[in-house]
Amino acid sequence: MVGRAHPTITNNYLKVISMIPEIGHFALIIALFLALCLGVLPIIGAARDNAVLSGTARPLAYGQFVLLAVAFLCLTYAFVVDDFSVLYVAQHSNSQLPVIYKMSAVWGGHEGSLLLWAFLLGAWILAVAMFSRHLPGEMVARVLGVMGLVSVGFLLFMLLTSNPFDRLLPAAADGRDLNPLLQDPGLVIHPPMLYMGYVGFSVAFAFAIAALLGGRMDATWARWSRPWTTVAWVFMTAGISIGSWWAYYELGWGGWWFWDPVENASFMPWLIGTALIHSLAVTEKRGAFKSWTVLLAIAAFSLSLLGTFLVRSGVLTSVHSFAADPKRGIFILSFLVIVIGASLLLFAWRAPKIGLGGKFDLLSREALLLSNNVLLSVATASVFIGTLYPLFMDALGFGKLSVGPPYFEAVFVPLIVPMVLMMGLGPLARWKKFSAPELAKRVRWAFASAVLIALLLPLTMGQWTAMIALGLLLAFWIITSMILSLHERLGGHGNFMQRARGQSLSYYGMQLAHLGVAIFIIGVTLVSGYETERDVRMDVGDTLQAGGYEFRFNGATDVEGPNYVAARGRVSVSQDGKLVTELFPEKRQYNASGMPMTEAAISPGLLGDLYVSLGEPIPDSAGAWAVRVYIKPFVDWIWAGTLLMGLGGVLAVSDRRYRMRRKTKLTMLAAEGK
Amino acid sequence: MKPRQKRAMFIVAAVAGLAAAVGLVLNALENNVSLYFTPTQVFNNEAPHGRSFRIGGVVEEGSVKRETDGLTVNFVITDMHKSIPVVYKGILPDLFTEGKGVVAQGRVEADGVMRADEVLAKHDENYMAPEAADALKKAEAANAAAAKETPIK
Repeated sequence: MVGRAHPTITNNYLKVISMIPEIGHFALIIALFLALCLGVLPIIGAARDNAVLSGTARPLAYGQFVLLAVAFLCLTYAFVVDDFSVLYVAQHSNSQLPVIYKMSAVWGGHEGSLLLWAFLLGAWILAVAMFSRHLPGEMVARVLGVMGLVSVGFLLFMLLTSNPFDRLLPAAADGRDLNPLLQDPGLVIHPPMLYMGYVGFSVAFAFAIAALLGGRMDATWARWSRPWTTVAWVFMTAGISIGSWWAYYELGWGGWWFWDPVENASFMPWLIGTALIHSLAVTEKRGAFKSWTVLLAIAAFSLSLLGTFLVRSGVLTSVHSFAADPKRGIFILSFLVIVIGASLLLFAWRAPKIGLGGKFDLLSREALLLSNNVLLSVATASVFIGTLYPLFMDALGFGKLSVGPPYFEAVFVPLIVPMVLMMGLGPLARWKKFSAPELAKRVRWAFASAVLIALLLPLTMGQWTAMIALGLLLAFWIITSMILSLHERLGGHGNFMQRARGQSLSYYGMQLAHLGVAIFIIGVTLVSGYETERDVRMDVGDTLQAGGYEFRFNGATDVEGPNYVAARGRVSVSQDGKLVTELFPEKRQYNASGMPMTEAAISPGLLGDLYVSLGEPIPDSAGAWAVRVYIKPFVDWIWAGTLLMGLGGVLAVSDRRYRMRRKTKLTMLAAEGK
Repeated sequence: MKPRQKRAMFIVAAVAGLAAAVGLVLNALENNVSLYFTPTQVFNNEAPHGRSFRIGGVVEEGSVKRETDGLTVNFVITDMHKSIPVVYKGILPDLFTEGKGVVAQGRVEADGVMRADEVLAKHDENYMAPEAADALKKAEAANAAAAKETPIK
């Protein structure tokens, strides 16, 4: 295959064009070679104080990125020009597919999403190489080296078991089409965002491993890795949030989270990542939790790896995919074992040198953060058990079973309550040691008003239940304690603006993200407490009363889309006799795959969504349909909350002190003669 | 407090917390796991009575009948060996079709009919739920074994 790319034929334009998949394949092979060099040379260089070897890290990182970009572009090109002689393209695209979905179909399957993963890893490596000028050379060499090793694992996996450039000869006349569920704007951006998060945790992992390798476990590595980790966490938050939003409007069931194994696979690294960014804050500021932070960094990345593999290799949805392609399964397992095993071994070997770090009391901000960290880890473990339990039981021959949403809800609520209560206290508590009576006195009004709102607000909404009151208590406790914190910091006599400017951006970022959690909890509480769901038969002209609205079904007509035909229903919604909106839910049938799909019609609003989708036409009737009508109060607050969390993260990394501190640290190191 | 006492308190708190978490998880698992059975197993009375469980198999050709309310659907899940009738009220998933894989969750009453409160068909045309595939495979093996036995008889 390499021979075909000989330069003497490159002047033949057509031949080159026809060889683009081979060029992509070849680029991957060279990228693997560079990754191998990147994973070996700089690490040896750092260990032996050899500046020449250490110095190879940056050029290798640049080179690897360029090659991965070439490979990625080659596959995208094959999709855009409908090259159905490439097996992966034939399986996941179709000539009728709109161009934008041809491009996003690149990551619509296992092989292509691995390529996206590798490409994004290359991009993160490039970013670290470019923005690490302030860091000591040996640290950069180690970090890039560790990331290079991760890259080796992925490229090997792709080239040995899942090559996206494999040919299909003779070529297919047309492709099998992209799964209609994936033909959606949400799915164009959801996987890249999520993968940016998954891959981004490799930076935190690489910094932790580099620190272990270097054996210098002061707080500096935490300071360096903190902004990277936060950025990765922001991407992951956005990715999960977009995925949940997509499930809400696209799957046609009106739910926003299903505790599906695939969702859990992304939720686990997010939970641990959340613990990690908080733990990093303590390590940076107080020098405490050093070992714990390293462990979290290892766990976050290991769970990211697990998540990627679980989602795309089909291990979870079907145990049999191991049998179908044993090579893949065994490679996955060995890679995971190597990454986790090697990191933990290194940790066990070096951890005694780390020390426990700064001392703190049982009543201190450190202790509150540590407790929250533990709760987040327990939450992760419970998701892990619920997700993998059926897999283990089946593998051990105990029969097939499934663990449903009630399990996760039963486990999550008791964990969330103490977590959120401490979340309000954390920013108010003193480092090292606080006095409980003093803190209680400070927060009593904030807490009392949260209780009052939680007790009274449900009454104004029609129905009071303990669950709704509890949810609102948590949300308003976050808000009132935040107001208290802002008041303590910004209030009092004198220049308000000056004091407001005096607070760091990361303080505002933290508060904004916490506000996001509050908004999120309000959305979840109100939508699960007050939603209306009705499945009904509707004849043409029938009306349905739900949640103070009147829904009138005006029949369905046939319409034609670019690559599907659809029945489009017309539903007019009115309130007190006045027309509020018209909704057009569709039932589509995709031409290439013949797959039917429900396209819900949603009228979003600040106070809630109106959601209508078509079930099936009712036989032997005059145009009647089974219609699903939902009213979802405050459902959009769920995603608004995640958006605020993400923005809070962005605000926190924009804090200038990272750069400034890094410089002062560097001058200190220079003064020490390092 | 002396450092030693403090450490002891940390450890006690951690152990208590861990025990609570483990109890929580085990309790939740105990109550919220649903088991899978093939139609043959249900026919042989291997499935629990009065408890919700899942059946995996294929929607039998020609078995889907809708009642006039437009929402109640009767169909039969089969593993090509034994069949179990199912009643479901609600809107079925997009990919629910005769001859395709399906998983239904519910209780089987004394009349041998499952009252399903959830019906699942998977996201992809060519994909068959592993439970459905498994039910077919088991039934096929049973049939093959039965076919071998017949000539001897």
